[in-house]
Amino acid sequence: MATVLEPTTTDTDDVTPAAEPLLVRRPRSSTGFWSWFTTIDHKRIGVLYGITSFAFFLIGGFEALLIRLQLAQPNGRILSADAYNQVFTMHGTTMIFLVVMPLSAAFFNFIMPIQIGARDVAFPRLNAFSYWTFLLGALFINSSFIFGGAPNGGWFGYAPNTSITFSPGHNIDYWVFGLLFLGISSTVGAVNFITTILNLRAPGMTMFRMPAFTWMTLVSAFLLLFALPVITVALFLLMFDRLFGANFFNVAAGGNPLLWQHLFWLFGHPEVYILILPAMGIVSEVLPVFARKPLFGYPVVIVSGIAIGFMGWGVWVHHMFATGLGPVAISAFSISTMLIAVPTGVKIFNWIATMWGGSIRFRTAMLFAMGFVAMFTIGGLSGVTHAVSPHDRQQTDTYYVVAHFHYVLFGGALFGIMSGIYYWYPKVFGRMLDEKLGKAHFWTWLIGFNLTFGPMHFVGLAGMPRRIYTYSDGMGWNVYNMIETVGAFVIAFSVIIFLVNVYRTHRGPLGAPADPWDARTLEWSIQSPVPPYNFAEVPTVQSLDDWWHRKYTEDDRGRLVKLPEQPEPEALVDPSSVHMPSPSFFPLVASLGLPVIGYGMIYRAWFVAIIGAVITLSGLYAWAMEPSTEPHDEHDGGHGGHASPEPSAPEAPALAAAAPEGGDADG
Amino acid sequence: MRNRVSAAKRRVMFGVVAAVGLLATGCARQTFPQDPLHPEGPWADKIDRLWRIVFVPAAIIFFLVMFLVVYVAIRYRARSDDDAPVQTHGNIKLELTWTIIPFVLLLVIGVLTVQTVFEINTLPKKNVMPVTVTGHQWWWEFRYPTLGITTANELHIPTNKNINVTITSADVIHSFWPTELAGKVDAIPGRMNHLTLEAVHPGTYDGQCAEYCGLSHANMRLRVVAHSPSDFAAWARNQQKPATIPTGTSDEAVGAGLFKSKGCSGCHTINGYSAGQVGPNLTHLETRKVFAGAIFPLDDQHLTRWLRNPPAEKPMMPQNGLGMPNLKLTDQEIASLIAFLQTLH
Repeated sequence: MATVLEPTTTDTDDVTPAAEPLLVRRPRSSTGFWSWFTTIDHKRIGVLYGITSFAFFLIGGFEALLIRLQLAQPNGRILSADAYNQVFTMHGTTMIFLVVMPLSAAFFNFIMPIQIGARDVAFPRLNAFSYWTFLLGALFINSSFIFGGAPNGGWFGYAPNTSITFSPGHNIDYWVFGLLFLGISSTVGAVNFITTILNLRAPGMTMFRMPAFTWMTLVSAFLLLFALPVITVALFLLMFDRLFGANFFNVAAGGNPLLWQHLFWLFGHPEVYILILPAMGIVSEVLPVFARKPLFGYPVVIVSGIAIGFMGWGVWVHHMFATGLGPVAISAFSISTMLIAVPTGVKIFNWIATMWGGSIRFRTAMLFAMGFVAMFTIGGLSGVTHAVSPHDRQQTDTYYVVAHFHYVLFGGALFGIMSGIYYWYPKVFGRMLDEKLGKAHFWTWLIGFNLTFGPMHFVGLAGMPRRIYTYSDGMGWNVYNMIETVGAFVIAFSVIIFLVNVYRTHRGPLGAPADPWDARTLEWSIQSPVPPYNFAEVPTVQSLDDWWHRKYTEDDRGRLVKLPEQPEPEALVDPSSVHMPSPSFFPLVASLGLPVIGYGMIYRAWFVAIIGAVITLSGLYAWAMEPSTEPHDEHDGGHGGHASPEPSAPEAPALAAAAPEGGDADG
Repeated sequence: MRNRVSAAKRRVMFGVVAAVGLLATGCARQTFPQDPLHPEGPWADKIDRLWRIVFVPAAIIFFLVMFLVVYVAIRYRARSDDDAPVQTHGNIKLELTWTIIPFVLLLVIGVLTVQTVFEINTLPKKNVMPVTVTGHQWWWEFRYPTLGITTANELHIPTNKNINVTITSADVIHSFWPTELAGKVDAIPGRMNHLTLEAVHPGTYDGQCAEYCGLSHANMRLRVVAHSPSDFAAWARNQQKPATIPTGTSDEAVGAGLFKSKGCSGCHTINGYSAGQVGPNLTHLETRKVFAGAIFPLDDQHLTRWLRNPPAEKPMMPQNGLGMPNLKLTDQEIASLIAFLQTLH
């Protein structure tokens, strides 16, 4: 692995274990290959999230290339109809659930706790459980390619096409159970992030001193918390239809297929904001740093984000304008969908105003952030045209919609995430990505993206429907499709540039400075890469952009003035006295049972499913019984003498121990 | 500080804008057989009118934001490492401005949208003809309840008449989309959805299923054929006749026998001869120009290949009861069947 972190503690040989081990000795090591399986350090979990989801990005991208090869010309022969339907379903499912969501989670995990001056998330082991469940759920869905066929009902899985009558294979079963597992992962992650942000902020960090990225993390986490139960319900209903002959979506037995669509989009639309808000948060961090101006109208940008979070619940029917709902419902949802463009537009103009009058440094992170502003605007405008519901009946289910949401999710989310990768790379890995390669990456990415998805607007408005594996000659679509395919390969080339950049960066030495961009937020006040305990001394926050204001002030005309360099303060805390929670096997054990349950259910081998449930429950039980920090890892003071773990104090890591005010933060 | 943008850079900017503009307009010149931006009747036109209105402010905002991003990038690029930009933290008046202006703009668009929503959802009462559309995996069935006609894949209509279409599905969700005549409406099992369309000129208008409906979704196309009222009346009179079944020992008669003995009649209706309900009604097959979800022209060659092995021509899942199975017919049987089918005028 890329980073080698220092051990948390040094006293590994002078204490006898106080609590008896549960089945196995608790892992102690926080370095080496195997420590990655037991780590509960939010930063290492963040890195795991990032690498895993980037691997799935390559898989999802490969699927996209197959789609584009098939559609490059009319009557394509690369894929059969069945293979195409599997590939487009898995491309969508992968990019949404296995790429953009977990890539955002990588940033939530790594960056957010540091931005608020915490030492870890609120529930470190739950965090590990979140990651392992994501990884295993992702592998579970993709294992369907080996076991007889991947899901082929589209990422939206409309009933009754996904029912056992019309999709008799196990393809859809893999999708149902895989998404259920991924839902567990995201839900516990959301609980963790919300608790962390609400409870573990450093002294002085009021809500409206939180960095914009942390704010958007909070809003996304709330959306996840409320949206995932809805799709979980929908997936359970579908599972009961498929496995046990229930009739929730079976018209012949009085079921209603539209129920699926309402549930799915009641999840699915907030999901869009779950995907885009983190990227908006990243851009709100990057633009001020490289324009050397504060975020223009910080409160307005934050409140807009919150408003989007709320309004995102009231627009789901715009996915269903062609389903024959009455004119009143359609009108109401047209209006609500238009209104959500207002806070989105406010953000765009505030970002431009942030750059206005600044002194812009065109580092790669900044280029991606500016690319986000421009490309996301296009996605937003085409979004407003969907809200014009009469015309949506011409656009929906055509390539125009494919263009729209790729401008939102690629032009938006992925541009933002790429900006974040270049921006925080030195903080995470202690190495700077190469700027020349970075710029080559950006320009090929921008050009390839527009070549691929720009023509989709036109071909969609020329009548080309989505999700078709073939089209005939003479429809006037050929040229556009060929350009799109060429564009897709330009993007692939761009990704290769990025991979080369990463490879070369990791062959070079460590040595990124703590604050290479002259940035504004707390994560830049500590060394790169970040030590396991983050902050030796928990900072006290005086203002928004606290780190910046320790470096700069303004003269009476509002211009930037550099403060004299502060001498390095005397270290009040010996980092080796900081206690971090101990690694644990059990989150991984609890996760391992889930795919076993899945396979058991799908193949109706009930005893296998029971074994899986036993594994998961044993993992959870053992986890509940072990203390968050082993007593023998304790130093002086605090909770030294506990002979048995406290069941009422589940996970109490981050503020514990040697913070100056004492070590009693585990309540 | 205030450098003026060089002429060279201005030329570059102009080039970008011009290229985008040319691409956008250049595309409209091409002809597309299935073009939703080319309305051929009043119902599609109501929608298109709205689009043309909304397009203007959208284009203005697009160019404005693109211009601002490029302008900011050029105008405010760092010129030295120790720039000291003025630290503006916000401006509530400006922010209110760019909240209120889009809000008002969207309100106007919203009012126009709601008006149109109610307009296109109001079923006309005069000058109407009802048609029921049923989506099947993977073909369309059209019934004319007032005329007693059932046909498939080609919807024949008279011009200048409001066609009140009731849309439903026999299996999964499909979407009926006669692109140049109306916006799409989903065909949902257990639901009766409504749509009105009208063609002004006689002609053939292409359309396609627009909701993913499984394996052969791409192969579920449709045609709307608009006739002058008198031509339509003639078409309808012919469709109302039952088929004349050939008898004797001719090839056609042998084919008619095979139609029953090979099981075709179990799925296909030929009025006056068979009553299968699974596949398309074949009573007047030869009056249609296309078959199999409107993807193949109806001719000897295509029919022969089709009858030899249907799932090889169009992906279907007969093993799950979805689509036509391979009946393992001999060449002679296929020739006789086609001879019979060709009598179905």
